[in-house]
Amino acid sequence: MYNLIGAGLIVIGGGIGLGQIGGKAMEGIARQPEAAGKIQTAMIIIGALLEGLAFGALILGK
Amino acid sequence: MKVFQRSLKYATIVLLMLTGSVVCASSGDEQHKSVGNPIDTKEEINAYIKHHLQDSHDFTFYTNGETGTHYGFPLPVILWDGGIKAFMSSKFHHGETVAESGGSYYKLYHGKVYKTDAAGTITLDDHHHPTNEKPLDFSITKSVVGMLFAGVLMLLLFSALARGYKKGPIPSGFARVLEPLVIYVRDEIAKPNIGEQKYRKYMGFLLTVFFFIWILNLLGLTPLGFNVTGNIAVTVCLALFTFFIVQFSGNKDYWKHIFWMPGVPIPMKIILMPIEVLGILTKPFSLLIRLFANITAGHFVVMSLIGLMILLKAQFGPVGSTGISLILTLFISVIEILVAFLQAFIFTMLSSLFIGMAVAEHDHH
Amino acid sequence: MDQLLNDFSPGLFFMQAIILLILILLMRKFAWKPILNSLQDREEGIQGALDAAEEAKKEMQNLKSDNERILNEARAERDGMLKEARQLKDNMIADAKSEAQAEADKIVAQAQATIASEKKAAIAELKNQVAGLSVEIAEKVVRNELANKDKQLELVESMLGEVTLN
Repeated sequence: MYNLIGAGLIVIGGGIGLGQIGGKAMEGIARQPEAAGKIQTAMIIIGALLEGLAFGALILGK
Repeated sequence: MKVFQRSLKYATIVLLMLTGSVVCASSGDEQHKSVGNPIDTKEEINAYIKHHLQDSHDFTFYTNGETGTHYGFPLPVILWDGGIKAFMSSKFHHGETVAESGGSYYKLYHGKVYKTDAAGTITLDDHHHPTNEKPLDFSITKSVVGMLFAGVLMLLLFSALARGYKKGPIPSGFARVLEPLVIYVRDEIAKPNIGEQKYRKYMGFLLTVFFFIWILNLLGLTPLGFNVTGNIAVTVCLALFTFFIVQFSGNKDYWKHIFWMPGVPIPMKIILMPIEVLGILTKPFSLLIRLFANITAGHFVVMSLIGLMILLKAQFGPVGSTGISLILTLFISVIEILVAFLQAFIFTMLSSLFIGMAVAEHDHH
Repeated sequence: MDQLLNDFSPGLFFMQAIILLILILLMRKFAWKPILNSLQDREEGIQGALDAAEEAKKEMQNLKSDNERILNEARAERDGMLKEARQLKDNMIADAKSEAQAEADKIVAQAQATIASEKKAAIAELKNQVAGLSVEIAEKVVRNELANKDKQLELVESMLGEVTLN
């Protein structure tokens, strides 16, 4: 039960984080479409780092 | 004629994808407990998915639930138990019987080999984990077969590309597809992260790992039912390779930044040291967990959606439930194709990022 | 975590490590090294070709400007030559003109001198003839008048009075 609550919290946190990253990246691309490639790469890397964190927490908590 | 060939190719691909779902669906009928009782409850589907996510000692394409016969082929089992014991996995009869080799008895229980007595008794502890002794299992399992397949495929494809350059500067045929991928890894992943001067040394590792993970990820999406990169042992190994390469290529600056961070007061240095040391370990850990979790989750979702076909049969009838499951599975499968590339890309990208951190020259202080 | 540790298979890990290691070594030897070398060679070749093209273009430009310069020089030279020729021509004409003038002047002067001397000679001859005539006339008159002595004298006197010598 507590595991599931923890997992929910992790997903909420990760979701907020990913949303922030994605949203800001979109803004950045909209502002500077010529830098889209670089922004995308950076976005994926940071997203991956966040994902690793969230997965790590999920698996440690399991 | 050419157009016809091309459309034939597309048709084949689509057909393959469809049969993927269908074969997976039909193998949903597989079951290894009792005869004449197809999987149709939530618990059994769960158990089946769990079984799929694990490595397996034989290669089963299809099991006839009515007769209990498995269609596939056995794989060699190699055990280290005070000496090498080798036999074919057909001896296990899919966990139904005890295999005898060199005077010892072994039994397959939930995909793992345990040492038992002649009767094959498995004693369980409170957490339903067997307490029997586990011999070291170096078997050619399904995952090993997958890895060998990927390795041979890579060797064939890329040595063909390499040979192609002897004939002319521009490759022809399928190699023309591979070349941009190699250039992509070099120009988009290795060069920007490691640096123009040093990237060359690491290209062998990065390229191999990239294509290895990608091919295995894609292999996991085929109806053959591989789950190699969703296996924790595989991802641990991949991440350990990155870990050792990073540590061995770390220069003086790298270690200095870990143990004695320049440019901060001494108390801060002492606080930062354990954090940085922990960071060395969390980097590969996040690498291995990410790949494992993504692929496992992908397989889990795809198989659960196929399982819907069975669960929704009561509400929507056989055609309705199959349609729903097919559409959802197709959708997720397409996303998984993207994820397959993305995870290979991210693993390689982060590996090169870590390597780049280790070899970077800090000349600003 | 427990579940994961339970799922972890040391044997598979070992197999994977060996396979990956061998694969990396094989791929390095048979695929990546030749591929990357060929790619680099090709890129260097392309870069070299581009550089050469750039160089050729520059050379072409140089050649063109050279040509332009030579052409300009030639044009200037031609202009100079034309100018010189014109001047020469003008000079020659002027020279010829002045020479002709001088010759003409000389001829005129000579003619005038000749005329003057002829005139002098003519006058002198006329004077001589007049003197001769007058002597003849005087002789005739004297002969006629000698018959009549008074009349002779009178006539001589009136005649001499009439004739004025210039």
